[in-house]
Amino acid sequence: MYTYPGIETEETQDIILPAAPHIQIKDLNVHIEGKHILKNINLDIPNNSVTSIIGPSGCGKTTLLKTLNRLMDDSKNVAVSGSVLVNGEDIYAKDAEVTHIRKKMGLLSQRPFPLPMSIFDNIAYGPRIHGERNKKVLAEIVETQLKNVGLWDEVKDRLDSSATGLSIGQQQRLCLARGLAVQPEIILGDESTSALDPISTQTIENLLIELKKDYTIVLVTHILRQARRVSDYILFVYNGEIVEFGKTEDVLLYPKNEITQQYVKGFIS
Amino acid sequence: MNIRLIKDSIIQKVSALLLLLALSVVLLIVFGLGSKSLPLLQDQSIWDILSQSVWSPLKGDFGFLPFIMGTVWVTLISLCIAVPLCILASVYLVEYASARLRNFVLPLMNVLAAIPPVLYGVWGVLFVVPIVGGWVAPLFGLSVTGYSVFSGGIVLAVMIFPIMISIMVEVLQTIPQDLKFASLSLGATKWETIQKVILKKAKPGIIAAIVLAISRAFGETIAVLMVCGNIPQVPKSLFDAGYPIPALIANNFGEMMSIPLYDSALMFAALLLFVIIFGFNLISRLILNRLEDKI
Repeated sequence: MYTYPGIETEETQDIILPAAPHIQIKDLNVHIEGKHILKNINLDIPNNSVTSIIGPSGCGKTTLLKTLNRLMDDSKNVAVSGSVLVNGEDIYAKDAEVTHIRKKMGLLSQRPFPLPMSIFDNIAYGPRIHGERNKKVLAEIVETQLKNVGLWDEVKDRLDSSATGLSIGQQQRLCLARGLAVQPEIILGDESTSALDPISTQTIENLLIELKKDYTIVLVTHILRQARRVSDYILFVYNGEIVEFGKTEDVLLYPKNEITQQYVKGFIS
Repeated sequence: MNIRLIKDSIIQKVSALLLLLALSVVLLIVFGLGSKSLPLLQDQSIWDILSQSVWSPLKGDFGFLPFIMGTVWVTLISLCIAVPLCILASVYLVEYASARLRNFVLPLMNVLAAIPPVLYGVWGVLFVVPIVGGWVAPLFGLSVTGYSVFSGGIVLAVMIFPIMISIMVEVLQTIPQDLKFASLSLGATKWETIQKVILKKAKPGIIAAIVLAISRAFGETIAVLMVCGNIPQVPKSLFDAGYPIPALIANNFGEMMSIPLYDSALMFAALLLFVIIFGFNLISRLILNRLEDKI
């Protein structure tokens, strides 16, 4: 039995999680160039389910996502305080090793960014970095992951050609497969379908729903219908603060907070 | 007709004419150099001119090999020094340095690029030549003056630093942040990301920067001329003196009228330089096109 330590309002007390969550966020504050972007975030993200972060643009949802695998480190003038625990390990601890942390999380960005190499090498890139040299093993990983995202039949005859030759929907699936190849535990998606056509979007959404069996998935999205289609939990962020967190239908159909109501009904966006 | 429309069509025609004029200058240069070099080409076969290494205009020997090799040596040495340094320097500026440092260094590069070549030449004579002659060459057991293709290469490398670095920085800044994130999020280190993703993606741009710098290096005259020694021989080592083509033209232009064919030979040297640079740019354009298709 696990309750949410951070959100102890009446509304959310009844949420119960199956096991200790992969990701626990405690007293997280992020300042970028002196601006307070994320304010006192306390949150446990449920395992093996899809959690969507929604909120108006500029509310800090992408920052929150990037804080989870320390991609904010690379930007200048960023100050992070508080802690993010992944499997109980604080990724912001002084001795935390950042490549190890990032390996645990696959990132699917807004637009697909295939690496400047062949389709095969795109998938093999991660495993190679982490020391896999055996060609047979690499070929197996590539095949498995491409099959995982339903791309194998489309590309198996041109694994050696450049990944930029694929359609944008195929590229995004390739990027997902590339992330899965390093065997992460968590998948982070940053508006991952915003550049895709409806059919590719559907493919990606179905993949994510299927993948939640094995992974914990956190998505940032600004499309409420998408959040409703794919997510089990919804986190509504406004002005850098968590306003509401709960099961998808609870937040979307019976929002308790007034701002959430306004957002869900489309009065603010 | 409306006066505004007339103005519009006049401007269009005038600018087209001006473009034509600019292009015809190139053709006129080729034509002028070609016709002036004809006497030499009629006197000796082009293969002899390019492959002979004896240069004594008084006897009518016009072997261009020393000058071609002088140019090649100096250019190659400068590239060997400048390319790795500039790639690393620009990677540092874009990926590691703070915005403050970057904003301080980049304008400085433009100032460096604007320094007249003769100042680099003076610096070369005062510092590089004595150091090469007094310190570097003795390390190899050689006793030389220091006026050598090595000194020329160093001075030239320093001269092409600014243009190379500023172009490379611009190229690296066009690499999308998210591509970097894609690699980092797989657990790659920053250096792995730079090596395997950023530099690979930036390759066409980096090659373009090198090509521009080489074009500049080929033609650089005064600074190289001051430190190279200017002896018409094929250099056999780093510390031999050399005599690049531009230096040949600049040094001898005044006296060329007195010896038969000399005038024609210098014009041929100019034509040669033109053809080399033109061909080089053409080939590198082709390579770039193929690279861009691949990535």
